[in-house]
Amino acid sequence: MMDPCAHCEEMMQPYLDHVLTDEEMVAAEEHLAECEKCSRRYRFEESLRVYVRKAADEQMMPVELRQKLAALRIPLE
Amino acid sequence: MAAGTVDHVEAEPEDSQRLATEARDRVRFEEDALALSEQVYRVARHLAGSREEADDLVQETYARAFRSWRSFQPGTNMRAWLLRILTNLNIDRGRRQQRAPQMQPLEANDYYLYDRLSEDGDGISDEQRVVERLSQDDIVTALSAVPHDFRDVLVLVDLGDFSYADAAQILDIPVGTVMSRLHRGRRILKRELAESALEEAT
Repeated sequence: MMDPCAHCEEMMQPYLDHVLTDEEMVAAEEHLAECEKCSRRYRFEESLRVYVRKAADEQMMPVELRQKLAALRIPLE
Repeated sequence: MAAGTVDHVEAEPEDSQRLATEARDRVRFEEDALALSEQVYRVARHLAGSREEADDLVQETYARAFRSWRSFQPGTNMRAWLLRILTNLNIDRGRRQQRAPQMQPLEANDYYLYDRLSEDGDGISDEQRVVERLSQDDIVTALSAVPHDFRDVLVLVDLGDFSYADAAQILDIPVGTVMSRLHRGRRILKRELAESALEEAT
């Protein structure tokens, strides 16, 4: 029998991606409800994803590039 | 722009009608594509190594998209269509030579980053605050350190909101490969983040 926390770690990414089967989901949630260590780590992973996404979204497109793209349009004949 | 100059004298009425419809469809296509440029740029920014490369890549993508607009099927996902062009151009740019599977760094386990960040955080219990110990620069730098094959998938799924199936289609790889690269890519990202966070702490 695998260590339940190690198993829970393996389930983390698919859990957060919502691709677990219902059974796996229930099993993961049962363990999370009773294991503070794993549930903290899941919460951290979830916050991290949001945070990475936010940091990446701050990369704004330069205005000049927007103008260059508009200039690439093919003129009407 | 010289719109409405479809005045070929000899053109049959059906022809000029057809030309006008086509012109209208093309303008609409171009406008829709340009409206997505911010999102396309963001993906390019993280796929390419630098700002300059991202700029070039986006311009090449749009130049190609505008030339081959007829191959876009209205009603399908235009963002995916544009990103498929972008990803292919990026791969064509000699990136293949950087593939060296034996050079791929070993990733730590999924909890590595959390353990490293929380161990010197005198028992901070709020995971949100633990995350905030990372700076935006840390994240951008760590993303660019993830090897290309993993980063492509990571950028499309985690930053671009594509499903596994869409990412598989865009990158032309099996869904199973998307999943395994995504999982490894996230772990590599976390290891990179842990390294940059630890460097700052010392």
